[in-house]
Amino acid sequence: MSGASVLFDAPGPRARRLSRIFSVVTAIAVVAGLGWLIATLNAPRESGGITLPGMFDPARWDIVTDPEMWSFVIGVGVWGTLRAALVAAVLAIALGVVLSLLRSSTIAWIRIPTAVLIEFFRGMPVLLMMLFILLVAGTGQYWAVVSALAIYNGALIGEALRAGLVALPRGQREAALSLGMRPLQSKMLVEFPQAFRQMLPIIVAQLVVLLKDTSLAYIVGYPELLRVTLNNLGSFYGNRYAFTLWCIAFVLYLVMNLTLSAFARWLARRTDRRYHIGKGGGTTLPDDPNQAMLLADANAAARQSESQGPR
Amino acid sequence: MDVVIANLPLYLEGFSTTLLLLAVGGAGALVLGTFIAAMRISPIATLRVIATVYTEIIRNTPLTLVVIFCAVILPILGSDLEYLIAGMIALAVYTSPFIAEALRSGINGVPVGQAEAARSLGLGFSQTVSLIVLPQAFRMTIPPLINVFIALTKNTSVVGGVGFVSELFGVGRTLANANGDAVIAVLVGVAFFYLVVTVPLGLLATQLERKWVVQR
Repeated sequence: MSGASVLFDAPGPRARRLSRIFSVVTAIAVVAGLGWLIATLNAPRESGGITLPGMFDPARWDIVTDPEMWSFVIGVGVWGTLRAALVAAVLAIALGVVLSLLRSSTIAWIRIPTAVLIEFFRGMPVLLMMLFILLVAGTGQYWAVVSALAIYNGALIGEALRAGLVALPRGQREAALSLGMRPLQSKMLVEFPQAFRQMLPIIVAQLVVLLKDTSLAYIVGYPELLRVTLNNLGSFYGNRYAFTLWCIAFVLYLVMNLTLSAFARWLARRTDRRYHIGKGGGTTLPDDPNQAMLLADANAAARQSESQGPR
Repeated sequence: MDVVIANLPLYLEGFSTTLLLLAVGGAGALVLGTFIAAMRISPIATLRVIATVYTEIIRNTPLTLVVIFCAVILPILGSDLEYLIAGMIALAVYTSPFIAEALRSGINGVPVGQAEAARSLGLGFSQTVSLIVLPQAFRMTIPPLINVFIALTKNTSVVGGVGFVSELFGVGRTLANANGDAVIAVLVGVAFFYLVVTVPLGLLATQLERKWVVQR
């Protein structure tokens, strides 16, 4: 159902005119709504006898030209966010690899505890984990944030990789074993590299989530973008600039996340072209890592039940 | 363990606030998300563009930023909402694009042939969508939707974390500060209440997905 045009008739001249009129009307309505919003925000307000300048008044935005503000926002805020996200991403992938291998072990008393552990970490809020590590392990804010993000996302990446391993055609493993590889060799040299490459889009999509989740560090007091703009600069410049600073944080987050999302999407398309063309029934994975995970899981289960069925 | 048992009423109170946030935020997100999804498949180009832009922007904004906007920036802009309500709005707005995407990918999962067959039988847009596509999309949509709700359950902790609503996470933080000697027990107690909601939902989602995909 990729072509939505199947759903309705190819519009004739009248319908086309109607839909164009609708388009224009909604566009005008939206622009008018936005204009009203901006005008309302920009209107000066009376508060206890003092007239507050509007939200887009130059008096609220003059900090934008302050180079020191920018060097603080970029140097401390963005850098703090990226530093935490980068280290957490590397650790999460490493942990995910280990967990996926343990989770798909043939020995039950390795496989089952790992599964329970993964379920446990997946079901908990990251924020709670951060607070836990901060208060219990006493590692300081940076490592609390990084390790909580690494554990949580590592569990999710581990699940994705496991689904990738299970979903591989059985022939891969059989071929490797018949060439005289030991089971571990087959897993590490033949199966795992393929699973990793197939699951790469999910992993990168999960890293976008990780980057977004670094903002939770605000709550445990680690100086990242949000804390730097809203708390440090907010109290330095005063309440008057709160809205301005929020807008700056918003735009910076959007830029970072959209860049990474675009990369994830490009990667997904590329992987898709390479690995699914000509295989028949190659389904594209949805953007959202959660949904992609479900689909991968289900495919893996389908593959398993297939191979257990009557031959 | 004693701390948890002694403060059980507090825990339950926090838990019920969490459930309230989950229910109201989830219902709001469902309504908003359905609306966005409908806009994304509508024949009117402007609506499609608006819905796409909205989805992209919200999906790439951290939840913390949205919650802070509703709880801190909105009062500066002159609203006087209660923090609990602000938190619900933030959760609903943040979750709505994920719901819309889940619905849309369910609709996209229905084979084109189904819609083509319906169209060739002479059904119109609304008939095709409501009688042919949506009933089939429904079963592909439920597991992803459950997943969105699991994420929402975990996300309610952010509303408490920003510090205005005393839900499960807020209660946990207060208790952890008050009982410095039993932090582990306090926080494991909080985790337990989250897991009570998330793990069964997760198992349900996997189960349903497994059942329905194998049938295809």
